[in-house]
Amino acid sequence: MLEIKGLRASAGGKEILKGIDLTVNAGEVHAVMGPNGSGKSTLAQVLAGHPAYEVTGGQVLYEGEDLLDMDPEVRAQAGVFLAFQYPVEIPGISNAYFLRAAYNEIRKAKGLEEVDSMDFLDLLEDKLRIVEWGPEIMSRAVNSGFSGGEKKRNEILQMAVLEPKLAILDETDSGLDIDALRIVAGGVNALRRPSHATILVTHYQRLLNYIVPDQVHVLSAGRIVKSGRKDLALELEAKGYEWLEQEVGAAS
Amino acid sequence: MNGAYLQEFGARSGTATADGPEWLEPVRRAAIDRFAASGFPTARDEEWRFTPLAPIAHSTWRQAAGASHAVTRQDLTPFIFGHSEWTTLVFVDGAYSEALSSTAALARGVRVGSLAELLRADGVILQQHLARHAPVESSAFTALSTAFMRDGGFLYVPANTDLKRPVHLVFVSTHEAAGRVTHPRNLIVIERGARASVIESYVTVAEGTSYWTNAVTEIVAGANSWIEHTRIQRESEQAYHVALTHVEQQRDSHYRSFSLAMGGALARHNLHAYLNGENVETLMYGLYLTRGEQVVDNHTAIHHNQPNCRSWEVYKGVLDGRSRAVFNGKVFVKPEAQKTDAKQTNRNLLLSDTAKVDTKPQLEIFADDVKCTHGATVGRLDDVALFYARSRGVPAHKAQLLLTYAFAAEVTSEVVLEPVRDELDRLVRERLGAL
Repeated sequence: MLEIKGLRASAGGKEILKGIDLTVNAGEVHAVMGPNGSGKSTLAQVLAGHPAYEVTGGQVLYEGEDLLDMDPEVRAQAGVFLAFQYPVEIPGISNAYFLRAAYNEIRKAKGLEEVDSMDFLDLLEDKLRIVEWGPEIMSRAVNSGFSGGEKKRNEILQMAVLEPKLAILDETDSGLDIDALRIVAGGVNALRRPSHATILVTHYQRLLNYIVPDQVHVLSAGRIVKSGRKDLALELEAKGYEWLEQEVGAAS
Repeated sequence: MNGAYLQEFGARSGTATADGPEWLEPVRRAAIDRFAASGFPTARDEEWRFTPLAPIAHSTWRQAAGASHAVTRQDLTPFIFGHSEWTTLVFVDGAYSEALSSTAALARGVRVGSLAELLRADGVILQQHLARHAPVESSAFTALSTAFMRDGGFLYVPANTDLKRPVHLVFVSTHEAAGRVTHPRNLIVIERGARASVIESYVTVAEGTSYWTNAVTEIVAGANSWIEHTRIQRESEQAYHVALTHVEQQRDSHYRSFSLAMGGALARHNLHAYLNGENVETLMYGLYLTRGEQVVDNHTAIHHNQPNCRSWEVYKGVLDGRSRAVFNGKVFVKPEAQKTDAKQTNRNLLLSDTAKVDTKPQLEIFADDVKCTHGATVGRLDDVALFYARSRGVPAHKAQLLLTYAFAAEVTSEVVLEPVRDELDRLVRERLGAL
């Protein structure tokens, strides 16, 4: 589904990704871990097309197409979804209005008819259940005045409605209390499909107690320095990132 | 040029009684004298520094005749909203049109109608309030209004009465007003414990026509009254619009204003509130949407004259083309106005490189135990917010519209009365071309 080859990217003239190789197949969950500043959030944002980053090398194929050549909205319409680390507040429009606008754009891109607000509310009912929310949240302005946990839950709700093929979660677990973490993780698990894939970008192993990854990758200084099964995350948790950096340093 | 106004005033003095009761005559006389002495403000006048008044000051504007025959109910459909049981008073080129207006069943003691009618009938309310609040000394435009006023809306709600159905005053300009001035003059008196919603609309059925509207509205909010006042300014984009809203508030009253400005080549609105009793609440919301060469100028002044009052002000602007906006918000806190809580915000969104904003908050605080804040911003759409919307599948140009609309909708959503809020929302969408 996703093939990343030698991806390099920089921001403000500073190179952050220094050659990333990663292949994600349908049905898989990959965890991308690493210390602060290792480039894991950059990777997530580059895949979604954040304009602050310049891709300086490499290639990303998504379902065989050149992902980097697509505008952010085209990526979304093709089924790529980024759950933001810091979801944006949009005072002035309701959560329902925003999400329906997005949902309809994606439908239009697929050649499907737009849904009206009544039909959309019906559809929302099931999706809200996934994040254990009532309908009140939909009349509040997008993320405006939401707590940190509510913002993250809202990202999962958007994901549930938009049903992406490739979901990238950028530190969706950070700053969550245990209840919010359980709800967010439950949402991700509920949306797992054999035809879909998920990339979890996370600093902590904690999330992986709830969402079991097929593979774990560790990023350091813009490169994947180690990949393994889910046990790698536990080892990291026990020994810390320093252990890995020393090991990599010794090897090179 | 100013001589023309004196001449016109002189010409009408022979038929003075046609313009109203005898007691009003010296009031009019004092006003024209005041205008004769001062003339129009110039760029040297601090209050008008950013307001290019030359097109008004350098022409001679005779009063429009009133042309109700030129307008049909059909012509007015784009401007009338709400429910059929609302009272809608229509004024065409300055003169009340009974045929185009509709009056609802009203609560006991409520009086609503045209000022012209009231001037003929005279009465205690008129004598107590008309031209007693908005001072002619402080503005040449108010002076001209008081000297020449003929018609406008009148609303009186007696004590402890809920108006229930809003009153909508619609001022329509036609092609027959080209090159002419109208002086709409409104008097709104809401007695103690009463409740009312009033809407003023300034519109045209002759887009592209150049005329001048010089409007003055006096509002008296009695003790413990509640007023929602909405102003919709959709003049011709070649027209000039100068207006004063003067609000006097007594203790425990709640006055909330929403002012939408989207018309006019030049539009200036002064909104002055006087908080003359304790526990007064004053809310001022505003939105201006400008394009082309438009200049839209909002000056607000909140006079905290008594303790324990709260004022809250949010004005927002969306500017396109080579348009310009001016915002000046003054908050005066008198020494006795302790425990004043005042917050003022002005935010501007620039859609083009050539639009320009002059924003100036002005706090003059003479009490020590107060909470007063202000903030002003001028900027573009946030790149991260744009990316957020695009990352959800919304194309770039639609994401821009969506966020621009959201910026405006944040303030229109503050209107309490739903049909008014919906109408403002419709106008914003229509203007922005949004979704």
